[in-house]
Amino acid sequence: MRDEDILLTLFLVFLPLSFMSLGGGASIVAPVHQEAVEVHQWMTNRQFIDYFALSRAAPGPGAMVFTLVGWAAAGWWGALIATLTIFVPTSIVTYMVAGAWNRYRGTAVHTALERGLAPIALGLITAGAVVILDTSDTGPLGWAIAVGATAILVWRSLYPLWILGAGGCVYLLGMMLLS
Amino acid sequence: MLDPKPAPSAPQDPPDQPPVIPHVSLFTIFKIFFPIGALGFGGGLVGWLYRDIVEKRKWLRDDEFLSMVTLGQVLPGINMANFSIYVGQKLRGIPGAAVALTSLLLVPFFFVIGLAAIYTELQAYILVQHFLAGMAVAAVGLMMSVMVKSGKRTMRKVTPAVIVIGIVFTVGFLRWPMVPVVLVAAPISVAIAWFTRERAHA
Repeated sequence: MRDEDILLTLFLVFLPLSFMSLGGGASIVAPVHQEAVEVHQWMTNRQFIDYFALSRAAPGPGAMVFTLVGWAAAGWWGALIATLTIFVPTSIVTYMVAGAWNRYRGTAVHTALERGLAPIALGLITAGAVVILDTSDTGPLGWAIAVGATAILVWRSLYPLWILGAGGCVYLLGMMLLS
Repeated sequence: MLDPKPAPSAPQDPPDQPPVIPHVSLFTIFKIFFPIGALGFGGGLVGWLYRDIVEKRKWLRDDEFLSMVTLGQVLPGINMANFSIYVGQKLRGIPGAAVALTSLLLVPFFFVIGLAAIYTELQAYILVQHFLAGMAVAAVGLMMSVMVKSGKRTMRKVTPAVIVIGIVFTVGFLRWPMVPVVLVAAPISVAIAWFTRERAHA
């Protein structure tokens, strides 16, 4: 596949998904995973999981995992196209809507939209979490780490890098002990 | 997720226009958003933005800020990026928006690619693979802790809880495509929210 084709494909994949990302980048992890790994085969499942981990360790929004999808597909240009496609169009729409939204703040329509879309975002992000856990192939130990990390963080706010590092160490130790 | 305020029946007029914001240099915009991107681990960014942009510099009114936050919960897209483009546009038009977004993403973009490049060299080692897998599931924990804290209100009522569970089951476990599920579930959810809204008592 020629480079320009890949760039166009990246754009066409990420553009509609960006408009479906209710609740931010995390809500489209599941469909991006499917596009990147199964449909276009830009990376293996293992690589997607690892890029997901890396994107959470890096500063910036978690959506930087999409930058890495672009990177895997088409190097620097792919990373650039993926990033711009994810961030820019929806920001433009948001800007356009913001003025009208401000006038209707506090009205019943506004409240209904918030209350109605909240479960959608919550459901999508949780679904993405399930997909990551499932495809990470980490078995019960993986689920235990995820649930444990959730519980700890709900109870007490900790610096994210510690949690990521701890999860990595626990799983590594677990695998070394089990093998 | 913010508590919706009790609903008056009419839209509000925006307050009288504030004093004109003095001309802000593109470099100042860069100075605001570059550190946010460079240091932006986890959450808490919204509070930082508020203190800097609303309280200290008064580039946004309180109501504008609140609108942007709630819009972030209702519209698709990345909230922080939306913020940066909104503020940048307001201060210096399209160049302002471009500078704001670029400054925000400069460090994250190169940092994450740098990590990926290092990873490419190391991915053959099984120890690295295990460590990253553990990191990935811990990152899921990071994501879900925010969801647990902000989703408690949503899960209290039966209908939203059913919708959440339905989406998790279909999109998460059954791997149904997300787009049709959302196109069906979102209007239904909003309609139900509309028809079950609290009416103001006379």
